[in-house]
Amino acid sequence: MDMIRIVIVAVGGQGNLLASHLLGEAALAHEVPVQISEIHGMAQRGGVVESSILLGKAQSNIISPGEADILVGFEPLETLRAIGKCNKDSIVLSNTAPLPPFTVAIGMGVYPPVEETMNLIGAQVRKNIAFDASSLARQAGTLLSLNMVMLGALAGTGLIPISADMLKQTISEKTKKAFLEMNIKAFDLGYAVSAGAVH
Amino acid sequence: MNELLLDSPGEKMLMLGNEAIVRGAIEAGAAVATCYPGTPSSEIGDTFFKIQKESGIYFEYAINEMVALEVAAAAAIAGVRAMCSMKHVGVNVAADFLMSLAYEGVKGGFVLVSADDPSMFSSQNEQDNRMYGKFSGLPVLEPSSIAEAKEMARYAFDLSEMLKEPVILRTTTRINHSTGVISLGPIAGKNSQGSFPKEPLRNTLIPSVSTKLHKLLLANWEKAAGESDQSPYNFVSGEGKLGIITSGVSFNYVSDALQDLALTSRVSVLRIGFSHPLPDRLIKDFIAKCEKILVVEELEPYLEEGVKVKAQEIGSVIPIKGKGDGLFSRAYEFSPSMVRKVIASYFGVTCPTKEAVNIDIPNIPQRPPNLCAGCPHRATYAAMRQACGDEPIYTNDIGCYTLGVLPPLSMSDLSVCMGASIGMGSGMGTATGRKVVSFIGDSTFFHAGIPGLINALHNGHNQTVVIMDNGTTSMTGFQPDPGTAMENMGFNNLSVSIEALVNGIGVKHVTVVKPFKFKKTVEQIKEAIAFPGLSVIISREICPMYEKTFKKQEKRSYFVDHSKCKNHRVCLNTLACPAFYLEGEQVEIDEASCIGCTLCVQVCPENAIRLKKIGE
Repeated sequence: MDMIRIVIVAVGGQGNLLASHLLGEAALAHEVPVQISEIHGMAQRGGVVESSILLGKAQSNIISPGEADILVGFEPLETLRAIGKCNKDSIVLSNTAPLPPFTVAIGMGVYPPVEETMNLIGAQVRKNIAFDASSLARQAGTLLSLNMVMLGALAGTGLIPISADMLKQTISEKTKKAFLEMNIKAFDLGYAVSAGAVH
Repeated sequence: MNELLLDSPGEKMLMLGNEAIVRGAIEAGAAVATCYPGTPSSEIGDTFFKIQKESGIYFEYAINEMVALEVAAAAAIAGVRAMCSMKHVGVNVAADFLMSLAYEGVKGGFVLVSADDPSMFSSQNEQDNRMYGKFSGLPVLEPSSIAEAKEMARYAFDLSEMLKEPVILRTTTRINHSTGVISLGPIAGKNSQGSFPKEPLRNTLIPSVSTKLHKLLLANWEKAAGESDQSPYNFVSGEGKLGIITSGVSFNYVSDALQDLALTSRVSVLRIGFSHPLPDRLIKDFIAKCEKILVVEELEPYLEEGVKVKAQEIGSVIPIKGKGDGLFSRAYEFSPSMVRKVIASYFGVTCPTKEAVNIDIPNIPQRPPNLCAGCPHRATYAAMRQACGDEPIYTNDIGCYTLGVLPPLSMSDLSVCMGASIGMGSGMGTATGRKVVSFIGDSTFFHAGIPGLINALHNGHNQTVVIMDNGTTSMTGFQPDPGTAMENMGFNNLSVSIEALVNGIGVKHVTVVKPFKFKKTVEQIKEAIAFPGLSVIISREICPMYEKTFKKQEKRSYFVDHSKCKNHRVCLNTLACPAFYLEGEQVEIDEASCIGCTLCVQVCPENAIRLKKIGE
C-alpha cells in the first residue's frame, strides 16, 4: 500500500489524542502498519496539540513540511498555522468553528476571517473540505464529540486504508459505553460531509 | 486486568513509547520502580503507578531524581531488578549518586531511563545524555522505535546483570511520546525479595575501597565494549561504499531517505543501538569498507567523535562528517525531509522535494499556553502585583506557575531549573540590594527547594519565599508529592506539612494565605514583605484540574452585569483569565470555561461581576 501521512491539529481539550489513538487501534486491527507521534507543547490546556499518524511502511514517525497527504484541522486558525505541512496535492479537512486564542479574546490580536482563511487554504491544496464540525457535534449531542465528527469525515474521504465500519467498531470497543450512541452519530454526520467529496 | 500485564506472548498491541518501556520492564521481571516526573518521561512513572497493586511491582514517586535513583538502585544492589526513570535534566540532579553507583555496581538488573528532549518541547535545555555514559562509564542503549524501546528495556536488565552495572536506556521525545505496534513477549517471574550480605569494605566507598572499584568499573567497561561489538542492536544494513552511521530516531529518517533517493544499493548503514561503549571492531570494519561516511545523529556529535577516533586508530583518512560544514546542526531535533536533503547533497544525488504550501499571512495570532481559568496561582500572582508591583525582583521556578512570566502577571524575572528560585533569589538580593521574592511550587519545594530555604535562613538573606501549594505536581499530570493528601488517590501515605517543615527550621515569619481571599492575601503579603529578613508565605489552594479527578465539582459561573460595568477592564488587564473575551468593546465571561473562582468578582471596582443563577 502507499504511505498515507496524516496530521491532526487541535486546541488542547478538543480530543485530538483520542482520535489519533482510535485511528491507530483501527489500523492495528486492520493490519495496517501504523506509527503515531504527538507534541503537546508546554501546557496541554489552551495550547496547540499536534499529532502525526503514518499509515504504511515508513519508519519515521514524524511528518516533515510539505509531506502531509491529509491535514485534519479541528480549529480554523490552527489549520492555517499547520498548512505548511501540506503540498499542492494534499487534502484538508477543516472545522470552520473558531476557538479564538486568548490573545485574540483580549484584543491583542485579530482572528483572521474564517471564510477568507478557508478560501486561502483551498487555493493552495487539492481540496479543502471546510464545514462546521462543531455544530454537527452539538447536533449529535455534545461538542465533546467533535473528534468523532472529524474522524468520520476522514473516513468519508476514502483516502485511508481503513473502512468506516472498522473505525466504528474500534470506537465501540475503545470509548466509554455511555457516549457510544452519540459518538457513532457524530461519526456518521462527519462521514456524510466528505463522502464522495474527493475524486 | 490492565492490558500491560497480559501474559499472551505474540499478541500485538498499540502502545505509547513510555508504556512500551514499562512493558519491557514487566517482561524482564522488574520488581521495583521509581521516578520523579518530568516530560517526556512522566508516563513511565504514571503507568507503574497505575499497575502497582495489580502487578505487585513496588513503585514510588520520589522527592527528586537523586532519591529516586538511590531507592531503586539500592533494591538492585540487594539483587532485585529495578527501573528508575526521569527526564534528561533530572539526571543532573541524580548525577552525584550515579557517578559513584557506577563504582558500586549492582547485583539485580538495574535500568536508568533518561528521556531527552531535542527541540525542548517542554524543557529548559536539550542536553545529550549519551554523554553520561561516557562520563560515568555505564552502558547506553538507544532505541529507534517503540517496538525496540520495549525490547531494549527488557534486554537492558539482562545486560545489567551480566555486567553487574546499571544500564542507561536513553530515549528522546519522539520515542517517549510516539505510539507504535509492539509484540508482547513472555513475562519473566520476578524476584521481589532481595538480600544483602554485609561486606562493608566492599560497599562503603572510602578511598581504599573506591580505588579497587574504579579498576573493576574499567574492567566492566571492557566487557561492555565486547558486548557492544556482538550486540544485535548494532547492525549494518544496505550495501555500497558510501556509509552512514546513525542511531535513535535518526535511523528511521535515514532509512526512509535512502528508499526515497533510491540509494539502498549504494549506501551501507551502520545503526548503533548500543551506543556506549561504541562497538570498536564493527565501526573499524565499517570504516575500512567505505569511501566516505556521513554521521546522522541528533544533538551532540557523540558518534561522530567516536568514529573519527576509531578511523585515526586504523589510519583511515576517508571523509567522515556529521555536524557543521552546512550539514547537520547540534541544535534541535531532525526531520525526515531535512535528513533526506543532507544525505542527497553529501552523496551528490538530486533530492525530490514536495514544495510545502507557503501562505504568507501577517500577524497570525499566537496561542500561548496560559494558566487555566480558576488557577489559584493567578490569584497569588495578582495579589503580589497589587501588593508590590514591579518593586521586587521576582525569581521563579519550574512548574505550571512558570507561565506567570507572561503579562499582565509578569511574575518571573529569572527562572533556570528545578529548585533554583530560592538560592538565586538570595544571590540576587545580595548582589543588587533589592528586595527579592522567590516563587516555588509545592512539588518543586520538596524536590530541591528546601536546601535553598535553609541556606537563605542561615545566611540572613532579605527575601520573601512564596511556596505555592496546590497539592500536586500539576505540570506533569498530577503526580503526588510528599505534601499531597494521598487518601484522594486511594493510599494512606503520610502527608508532610510544609508549614511544620518551614517553622521547624526556624523561619521567623511564616504566613499561610488563601489566595482566593484576595484582599486579605494582599494585606498578608504586604506584611510579609515588610518583615526584615527571610519571610515565607505558603499560598494554599488545590489545583482545580487535579481536584476534578477525584471530586465532583459544583458548576458555578459568573457573568458581567453591563448595567454596572464601566468597562475599566480591571478584570481583563490584571488577571488575563482565559474565561474572559471581548464582545465588541465589552468584556464577557465564557460560561463553559469559568469555574467560579471569584477572583474577578473581587478585583472589579464596580461589583459588576455576578453569579449566574442556574437557568439564567
